[in-house]
Amino acid sequence: MQKNSSSLTQHNRSGWLFALPGFGLMMLFIVVPFVFAIVFSMTNQRLISPNPTQFVGFENYRQLLSVNLLVLDPVSTEAGELKQNADGTLTYPRIRTFTRNNPDYPHLQGMKEWFSWQWQDKQVAILASDPVFMKAVVNTFLFVLVVAPLQGAFALALALLINQRLKGINVYRAIYFMPVVVSIVVVSILWRFIYDGQNGLLNNLLHSVSFGHLAPVDWLGNPDTALGSIMAMSIWQAVGFHMVIWLSGLQTISPTLYEAAKIEGASGWQTFRYVTWPGLKNTAVLVLIVITMQAFALFAQIDVMTNGGPLDSTQTIVFQAVERGYGKQDISGGSAISVVLFVIVLSISLLQRHFTREKK
Amino acid sequence: MSHSSVDHHRLRLVVRYTLLSLIALMFIFPLIFMLVSSLKPDHQLLADTASLRAFLPVGEISLANYYGAFERAPIVLFMMNSLLVTAVTVVLSLFCCSMAGFSFVYLNWRGKSVAFSIILATLIVPFETIAIPMLLMVSKLPWIGFDGLTWGWLNTYRVQVIPFIADGLTIFLFTQYFKDLPRELIEAARVEGSSWWQVYWRIVMPLSGPVIATAAILKFLVMYNQYLWPIMVTQQEQYRPVLVGLQYFFQLNTAWGEVMAYLTLITLPVLAFYLVLQRAFIASIASTGVKG
Repeated sequence: MQKNSSSLTQHNRSGWLFALPGFGLMMLFIVVPFVFAIVFSMTNQRLISPNPTQFVGFENYRQLLSVNLLVLDPVSTEAGELKQNADGTLTYPRIRTFTRNNPDYPHLQGMKEWFSWQWQDKQVAILASDPVFMKAVVNTFLFVLVVAPLQGAFALALALLINQRLKGINVYRAIYFMPVVVSIVVVSILWRFIYDGQNGLLNNLLHSVSFGHLAPVDWLGNPDTALGSIMAMSIWQAVGFHMVIWLSGLQTISPTLYEAAKIEGASGWQTFRYVTWPGLKNTAVLVLIVITMQAFALFAQIDVMTNGGPLDSTQTIVFQAVERGYGKQDISGGSAISVVLFVIVLSISLLQRHFTREKK
Repeated sequence: MSHSSVDHHRLRLVVRYTLLSLIALMFIFPLIFMLVSSLKPDHQLLADTASLRAFLPVGEISLANYYGAFERAPIVLFMMNSLLVTAVTVVLSLFCCSMAGFSFVYLNWRGKSVAFSIILATLIVPFETIAIPMLLMVSKLPWIGFDGLTWGWLNTYRVQVIPFIADGLTIFLFTQYFKDLPRELIEAARVEGSSWWQVYWRIVMPLSGPVIATAAILKFLVMYNQYLWPIMVTQQEQYRPVLVGLQYFFQLNTAWGEVMAYLTLITLPVLAFYLVLQRAFIASIASTGVKG
């Protein structure tokens, strides 16, 4: 802030009085709960509990984040040959024999299989103490990695399209922005009709354009399509918001640059590449950061459309935090997830800031 | 200009408008579907999704779903709750955040730069990450009201209002705007003996129409569309806002026509507000872009 203004000497009392209502409320309802989140995450705090709260250190984080590798040799017969199933595949000991009360593998106690694959004749299993949370983390990153670039690009395309002098262009701009003002909860309910597996609008559309060749898909009920469907809807809902941010960036580019490009005989693509895009650098950074932050907070769509299913294919970090902290009243577990999310968001915004600074 | 170039120009216009309209259709069709379906009986609503009839008000059109919806849930109560919570929060937020912004820009005080850094840092804390500990906190906070000292804020209006009054983005918007106001005005007023309060209330605020509109609109959208927090803190019907009211419509046999009627009813106020203030709405979002 500016410190060297002429008439502004110290005004401690007035300054504090003016800042107090806003700053005080922010401290009380953002900073304090955030500190509580860190504190609770190291206890066994529950919403309502007859027992006193105990300090448990990093136990909650260990519960969430522990991952281990287990390599299994195929089972051999007594003759020393590898035992084969009828279809020629090898058999392996069951993972739970290692993770349940096995004195030789105390570090695997209570862990569950996250995923596994075949490596030569061995089975390699990745175990996690909380595979559902691991899936939630992976899903959230997938969501961010797909939604951020696509939403940003579509929004830019729309902004370029809408940034032309045409009669009635304001009407189109208003319509493209409309889904943004509608609650995401309302949007999610409406899109359940679009994605319905039996008689959904999307299936009916695909059915008629393919003359009946495409079989209906249960978009939200199939683990392969559920997350993608939610991504598509989320992009649709918020793309208008980012279109407007891009538009504001476009309007800061001086028209004389475009005239110069025209005189030089630049093509449409060249104009975009050498005039428009360089002028949008700052806007691009902002759009990227805002989309990333919004994408990490993915919750309402999941809550309304899939509840994390099918087969945990749409679990997300915030959904897990709410399910634990509120649904199961496990405040400490929910808080630990919140802190993990905060650390992720913080590191990413630091990284983004670092990379965007490099370029200047 | 030759004939062919006129034709060419016209063709290009047609292509452009067709493209623009197709995209517009993509953004608006779910809302049309909602509005049209709210007028149809359930069996027809579900059957119509098989064809373009889904988007046309044809067949047995009536307001029966709306009557049904009003019978199923205390809609007027939910609407009043939402509007009350939203309006009070917006007004208090404008007040508190503009005062803080004023203090950060025009006054020098000890601890200012630290305080401002804290405010900027909160911009990257998603609300969802503090919702859980805040739930526990508000369940134990004290309050002094007409019935004396009470503990716990659950099932009240204040639990939906007070935590959302001040936020980093709103304070930040005000500081950005105040920085660009001519300082001479403020200094002249100070020389003439105005108090800081007078400078704030009589000079700075009357000049701040655009940023007030921006902040109000953004806050309105956030507050009216609140979902996660009211689910957690309003177990009693009396204090529930519109989106929590949705639960009344998703029971064993979901009456989809009534759901559509309810969705239409709760979306109309925002859409009406948006269409009336459309320019300001879009200008407000754009300004967060420019200032960032």
